[in-house]
Amino acid sequence: MAGAREIRSKIKSVQSTRKVTSALEMVSASKIKKAQDKMLSARPYARTIRQIAGHLAHANPEYKHPFMLKRDPAKRVGYIIISTDRGLCGGLNTNEFKKAVSHMRDWQARGADIDVVAIGTKAGVFFKATDVNLLGNVSGLGDNPELSDIIGVVKIMLDRYRDGTLDRLYLVYNDFINTMVQKPVIDQLLPLVPVEDENIRDQWDYIYEPEPEVVLDHVLIRYIESLVYQGVLENLASEHAARMVAMKSASDNAKELIKELQLVYNKARQAAITQEISEIVSGAAAV
Amino acid sequence: MASTIQCKIVSAEREIFSGEVSMLIASGIMGELGIAPRHAPLMTLLKPGEVRIQFPDNSEEDYYVSGGILEVQPYLISVLADTAIRAEDIDEAAAIKAKEEAERLLATKDKKYELAKVEAELAKALAQLQALARLKKKLKR
Repeated sequence: MAGAREIRSKIKSVQSTRKVTSALEMVSASKIKKAQDKMLSARPYARTIRQIAGHLAHANPEYKHPFMLKRDPAKRVGYIIISTDRGLCGGLNTNEFKKAVSHMRDWQARGADIDVVAIGTKAGVFFKATDVNLLGNVSGLGDNPELSDIIGVVKIMLDRYRDGTLDRLYLVYNDFINTMVQKPVIDQLLPLVPVEDENIRDQWDYIYEPEPEVVLDHVLIRYIESLVYQGVLENLASEHAARMVAMKSASDNAKELIKELQLVYNKARQAAITQEISEIVSGAAAV
Repeated sequence: MASTIQCKIVSAEREIFSGEVSMLIASGIMGELGIAPRHAPLMTLLKPGEVRIQFPDNSEEDYYVSGGILEVQPYLISVLADTAIRAEDIDEAAAIKAKEEAERLLATKDKKYELAKVEAELAKALAQLQALARLKKKLKR
């Protein structure tokens, strides 16, 4: 019966692993909805500020904000990389980093240096081990990230762009498409891609208080922050979705493993009983 | 019957208010502003303070904003509110904190890998993941 006991303890351990993975699955399933709601509730701000930025750029064609100037060739390229804080979410971070790294390699091949700020523990730990400059890191945003959490890292990059150190700025995050599909994307933040909005009405212009330049500067910073914030929310929803799927497949695997182990256990038990009976019978026959 | 204008107050995190109002009073960076329907198109920065909205039935509601942008269009007032208190030195402090955290991370660094090597490692990790998925499918059959 020794073999049977070993198998039993193995079954027990797989069962407790399965409990953990299915609990994680359920937690993530319930959090997805909340993350999605947050994503949606941040949209009105992003949409409005996008319109305003577009309108302002349109209304002041003669004034060029530093964020709109394109500097070629780019000698230094910045990335804001949004990742998760925790693991156990399948290939979510790995896929994202791979895409970012190959993008960076393209720039390196053209002789550019790479600056990185990381949002989330995973990105920080990953990029500190590489030969890029890790300038800033923020982690522990949790399930309710707020705009104030990301102001610092965004400011680092914006300041560097403004003083001419950086020539490009990209945002990397996982785009939440649906529960099954999350796609890593790289968006260009700076120089600003001109907003083409067919709704821009040329008939009237605003009265600005104070000057348009000051307002524009303020609006553009808020605009970029809101893009990064939106990225954080997308990435959060992606994280929960990816974790749910990964944990679901882990639970399924555990279930199958338990089934197989149970079969082996039953066979071992059966063999032991048969052997015992045959021993008794042969013993009785000998008497 | 007083006329009304559509008004919405949004912050980066959520929509705070949306509805018809008869007047909006806010503290702009150049001074107090009262926006009634048919105000000229205006865009201004807001100081930290109250945004008061009055409804046609003379009731009022107050919201506190820590700065933001006020935009007046012919048929719409939008307030893009900052929820966090923003000031140059506070932003600077946040930036310094982020830098320090990066430095703390870097202090424990062992080796600098080249991106090429890291990319190869990542490709390997992904291939392993895919192989596992394939193996699982095969076992199921």
